[in-house]
Amino acid sequence: MNALVSFIILVILIFIPWIGVGVLCLDSLFGIIIPYACFLVFVIGLIYRIIYWAKSPVPYKIPTTCGQQKSLPWVKRSLKDRLESPFYTWEVILRMFLEIVFFRSLFRNLRADLYGKRLIYGSAKWLWLGAILFHWSLFIILLRHLRLFTYPVPSLIQGLDYLDSFIQTLGVPPVYITDILILAGLTFLLLRRFIDSKVSYLSYGSDFFPLFLIIGIVVSGILMRYYFKVDLYAVKQLTLGLATFNPSIPEGAKIGVIFYIHLFLVSSLAAYFPFSKLVHMVGVFFSPTRNMANNNRAVRHINPWEYPVKHLTYAEFQERFRDVMEQAGIPIDEEVEKEEHEWYSIYIPGKEPPKIKV
Amino acid sequence: MSLPKPDELIADVNLHKTPEKDWMDIKPELKKGYYLGIVDPKILEELDLPNMGKWQPYDEKWPLPENWKEIVRKAILRRMEMHRSFKLFMDICVRCGACADKCHFFLGTGDPKNMPVLRAELVRSIIKGEFSTFGKLLGKFVGARKLTEDVIKEWFYYFYQCTECRRCSVFCPYGIDTAEVTMIMREILLELGIATDWGIKPVHNSYYIGNHVGVQPHTFKENLEFLVWEFEEITGIHIDLDKYINRKGAEILFVPISGDYYADPGIYTMMGILVLFHYLDLDVTMSPFATEGGNFGFFNSFEMAKRLHSKIYEEAKRLKVKWILGGECGHKWRVWNQYHNTWFGPINFLEVPKSPITGTVFEHAKDNKIVHIVEFTADLIAHGKLKLDPSRNDHLIVTYHDSCNPSRAMGFFEEPRYILKHVCNNFVEMPENTIREKTFCCGSGAGLNAGENLEIRQRGGFPRANAVEYVHKNYGVNQLVCICAIDRAVFPTLLQYWVPEVDVGGLHELVANALVFEGEKSRDVDLRRRPLKHPVKGVDQPEE
Repeated sequence: MNALVSFIILVILIFIPWIGVGVLCLDSLFGIIIPYACFLVFVIGLIYRIIYWAKSPVPYKIPTTCGQQKSLPWVKRSLKDRLESPFYTWEVILRMFLEIVFFRSLFRNLRADLYGKRLIYGSAKWLWLGAILFHWSLFIILLRHLRLFTYPVPSLIQGLDYLDSFIQTLGVPPVYITDILILAGLTFLLLRRFIDSKVSYLSYGSDFFPLFLIIGIVVSGILMRYYFKVDLYAVKQLTLGLATFNPSIPEGAKIGVIFYIHLFLVSSLAAYFPFSKLVHMVGVFFSPTRNMANNNRAVRHINPWEYPVKHLTYAEFQERFRDVMEQAGIPIDEEVEKEEHEWYSIYIPGKEPPKIKV
Repeated sequence: MSLPKPDELIADVNLHKTPEKDWMDIKPELKKGYYLGIVDPKILEELDLPNMGKWQPYDEKWPLPENWKEIVRKAILRRMEMHRSFKLFMDICVRCGACADKCHFFLGTGDPKNMPVLRAELVRSIIKGEFSTFGKLLGKFVGARKLTEDVIKEWFYYFYQCTECRRCSVFCPYGIDTAEVTMIMREILLELGIATDWGIKPVHNSYYIGNHVGVQPHTFKENLEFLVWEFEEITGIHIDLDKYINRKGAEILFVPISGDYYADPGIYTMMGILVLFHYLDLDVTMSPFATEGGNFGFFNSFEMAKRLHSKIYEEAKRLKVKWILGGECGHKWRVWNQYHNTWFGPINFLEVPKSPITGTVFEHAKDNKIVHIVEFTADLIAHGKLKLDPSRNDHLIVTYHDSCNPSRAMGFFEEPRYILKHVCNNFVEMPENTIREKTFCCGSGAGLNAGENLEIRQRGGFPRANAVEYVHKNYGVNQLVCICAIDRAVFPTLLQYWVPEVDVGGLHELVANALVFEGEKSRDVDLRRRPLKHPVKGVDQPEE
């Protein structure tokens, strides 16, 4: 049901530019205004989201440790320990690098199966593989697209393009490897949302929709390249214009509706991005269980809203138990005096701690 | 015990089948044996905490305060302002499902709401439904729903079916930590006045008496006297206890865990620690007030946790010690390691810990001046300061349970293994995917070790017990060693049910078993009077 609704939304999104450009000829609306507007929403939305997270402090240093801590000098720490239980900043940076670039934690994935009364854990790297295929391909495809927004095209991008299409045998234009890989990755990620009962059970519409949308983008891109050939020269004129803030719809040349569909879906994704789970792309950098060092006992972490709390003092304790302590022969401390201390509590009206300073 | 037989208990678990109905449409049904009782309101009052009067979870209508919705909404917003973790974790989950079968409660119940992702969705859906415009507009399609009284029941039910063990956080590609979510959600429930009997009574005890179990100072001493007496009976070695209690000017303050001077088998760990102190003639003392290293406050709210442990530093100051040594405990070390320094620092009145026996400076603890007793002992062994005879543990085939929090909130893996390898000859690891950072919880942590929720405990402990059963069957393991007081309190019940042939004990019990004393007498039993494989020849039985 969720999947169906998501798919219908995608179909509607495809029809909008189809009618808009194909029938109503609103080329500049779909070629210039909407892409700009959506890109603006993307940038502002993402900045807003980052500020929104950054506004809340990280009160405690709470790394999840997956390797040996740094303790006694003779306790050996392997490279794995350093990366999974980082003590120094460079170790934290490497840990984050592995998480973000190679999805380290996902690589750990296991599958649990219950056979009668026996629990068996097997390796389950498929999700990792699907995720890697999808994310890396997407990243390379995005880089490749820079050739539409630059002039002259940097040799690095040209080189990437060359590498990506080195299987030249399948005709002209050459097939991009990443096109195949991203489809494989996306298909896997989508299928497991249908087939894996657990994942299917916890998937919302908002989990299917981005998958469909990205598949829509990829498919429209592939169709444009291999089937409905568009006027590449005109496309580049438009995209370069967009990139240099000097946009214009190329006169005379018919770019082709498929291009506008592709562009509109990309724009939709950009605008949708900051308000969806897709913000995990930026959020992962902020994750306190991953980006903090496991050195709590050596380097103090300061909480900006820490406040003094009410607690019982030894003097009060000793007063209450003086008799039994004396009887048991526990030394009595005659030097202690009762002290009052300032305290706050979030549970007592009027005793609330001072406003959080960040 | 009214539980079905072990084979039958989990017969209803199917990890690959989900309910017909959408989870949002399944009303919370509070099953007996799964939830905890509610605490007497007087206890909450005495701790300056809100309460809802006398009631129990099975009541049809919960006596929520009139403005409960307002309280909850405000509490959520406040927590998002206070904790970036919470705010972020509510935003970035992609529901990839990597965490789904990592939770011991899911593995033991098959209940989808025990998948960490859905546990977090229980509140994520409310945040979307109450505070997000898109969420309000699109509802279920984006996983948003409205705050109702049923939601509160659901929260209570499922956030007390999480032991804050952090196993899911190891596997999450974004490091989303359900423990963090659970801790915050329990805080929010507490703001309404919802608190469990088993979770709060120990807090009350620890606050007013000094430790969770409410052992008063004279009883504390009596219990230790019994241990010392028992040790003397077995080995003939006399330990003078007086200097270890409330003596000012000692070098080290030792903070024990109440479970270790309260009940079997924890007491043997405490005995082992006292024996070690005596063996080393260590200049150490204990406070009669700071008699609890564990912290049940942490299972209710950050503020409560801080209120309980303030006494440790006050006592260190009063007793004029140089540094603090902490006993074998699980969540204690989450709190001590990750929170103490922030709460109570900078701790300038203490010195950087230095072992008076080996001269080792504990550089990694230089700022908060707290050392784990296992680190301390491992250092002793590494410097050859203990005369150990591991064959005295030959009657045991030992496996080691990595307690959740020392593992995943500290990275404490090698030190205990190092000690084990020196104090016993038969040490077997459990299967790879159930140890170290992937270790399974005992199923009863975070304030869940009560009687009324025994079924969920046995189910939650099933994955761990299953791994123990494996090494028991294949290698004849008969002793589970752990460094957590809750483990020592709950594993006997858990293993009695699943693998009855395996005993449970702490690490320092085995250390003391293996320690060779000058002038000890002959014995043919270990420190808990189990027969030894090779009887010890003492001074009363000179070598021929």
